[in-house]
Amino acid sequence: MLQYLLDMIIFALGIYCLIAKRHIIKKIIGMCIIEYSINLFLILLGYRMHGIAPIILPEMNNSYFAQYSVDPLPQALVLTSIVIGLGTLALMAAFAIKLYEKYRTFDMSEIHRLRG
Amino acid sequence: MKQDIIEEITHDRSTGMTLIVKTVAKIMIAMMLLFGFYIIIYGHLTPGGGFAGGVIIAIAYVLMMLAFSRKVALKKLSNFWASIFDNLGMLAFIVIAYIGLGFGYFMYNFIWHGNPFHLISAGIIPLCNIAIGIKVGAALYAIFIGLSIYGRITTKEEE
Amino acid sequence: MLLFDIILIFMIIGTIIAVETKNMLSAVVAVGAVGFGVSLLFLYLRAPDIAITQVIVEVLSLIILIRVATHVDNVAIERRIDNFANMTGLIFIGLFIAFCIWAFTDVIPFANPLMRVSQHYLDAGLRETGAANIVAAVILDYRAYDTLGEAVVIFTSILGAFVILRSKGKKKLSEEDDITVGILEDA
Repeated sequence: MLQYLLDMIIFALGIYCLIAKRHIIKKIIGMCIIEYSINLFLILLGYRMHGIAPIILPEMNNSYFAQYSVDPLPQALVLTSIVIGLGTLALMAAFAIKLYEKYRTFDMSEIHRLRG
Repeated sequence: MKQDIIEEITHDRSTGMTLIVKTVAKIMIAMMLLFGFYIIIYGHLTPGGGFAGGVIIAIAYVLMMLAFSRKVALKKLSNFWASIFDNLGMLAFIVIAYIGLGFGYFMYNFIWHGNPFHLISAGIIPLCNIAIGIKVGAALYAIFIGLSIYGRITTKEEE
Repeated sequence: MLLFDIILIFMIIGTIIAVETKNMLSAVVAVGAVGFGVSLLFLYLRAPDIAITQVIVEVLSLIILIRVATHVDNVAIERRIDNFANMTGLIFIGLFIAFCIWAFTDVIPFANPLMRVSQHYLDAGLRETGAANIVAAVILDYRAYDTLGEAVVIFTSILGAFVILRSKGKKKLSEEDDITVGILEDA
């Protein structure tokens, strides 16, 4: 419960960064922070008290493993999500570079001549 | 012959970073490539897999591009071959998936599973790991080439 | 659990620094600190696959962010302060935290996961796929469609980045019109 709340505070700070800041790099940073928070929340949902990692060792009994291992499904989903985050970060960086080349500023409130 | 070229690049002060960075990077790049391939190949037995190993391989080439110059890195693996490897990895993954269609359903694990806890086991999973690793590594290296070549912001003083 | 909470509070402090600082380079470094804290927590939560991937991806994303952020305009723009956006953001944070306190009373408690589907993966994963790493078995055998979609997303994002970054096309339009590809109609 306390862990969930602390994680959601990080999410709210990321949303605040997206709303209130006008620098484009700050907005990209806000997206990164939201992504960390969501990944961490999904992994938190799958943790089991005194659990072991979902990797079977040769000397391990299968029923013991199935009783004590943590949830492998959120880990598999988050693993793809992290690499997708890197791809979208590169795409956002490309957008920021092009906007700077056209308008000579990173300030969002001055980029209002958006047409064409 | 090849050693002479490497020594010449290392002691060339006009390109890249300083001598200390170049000497350390020369040793580290080989180790990083080896570690990346180890992570990919043993992905079904130990932590890791295609995604992590692919990003390690991409970072080894990015380190080469940062420590030496862009020209040296592009001579090792050009942007043409990076895009070719990207497409080949994607194509290999889809072809493995379609072969499974002939045995039952899409992505069917059709190879004999073998003894567990050995390197050759788990059917198509190591093959898919290799395909994904090549794909992710080449793609991230290509995106860094793109940011490096085209993403140059010209300031007002240069114009 | 004390270590876990300490790392989480460290991450909150790093996030506040990253959001509020004026210097762009220190903001990017603070985001890097938050990312490495996340990877430590992944290791604590028994997820070594994701911890490895998070560390490596963090390094590459820091290189990209530093390259974009600090080439020009290292200092943030603070000419006039937008009071409306600040107030909206703070009100949103308050409402969101209050809603979370109300909603998390119904979420499953910490360290007691719901494992309806995953229990089958843990029971029969080694027998059905032969892989000792159950996460690899899930992403490449049970749920391989997700991995296929992920590969397509990376492919598309790289294509988009190249199209945006290249200011001029490879060929001019007039050159392209002269060459006709395919079956000629009036031959």
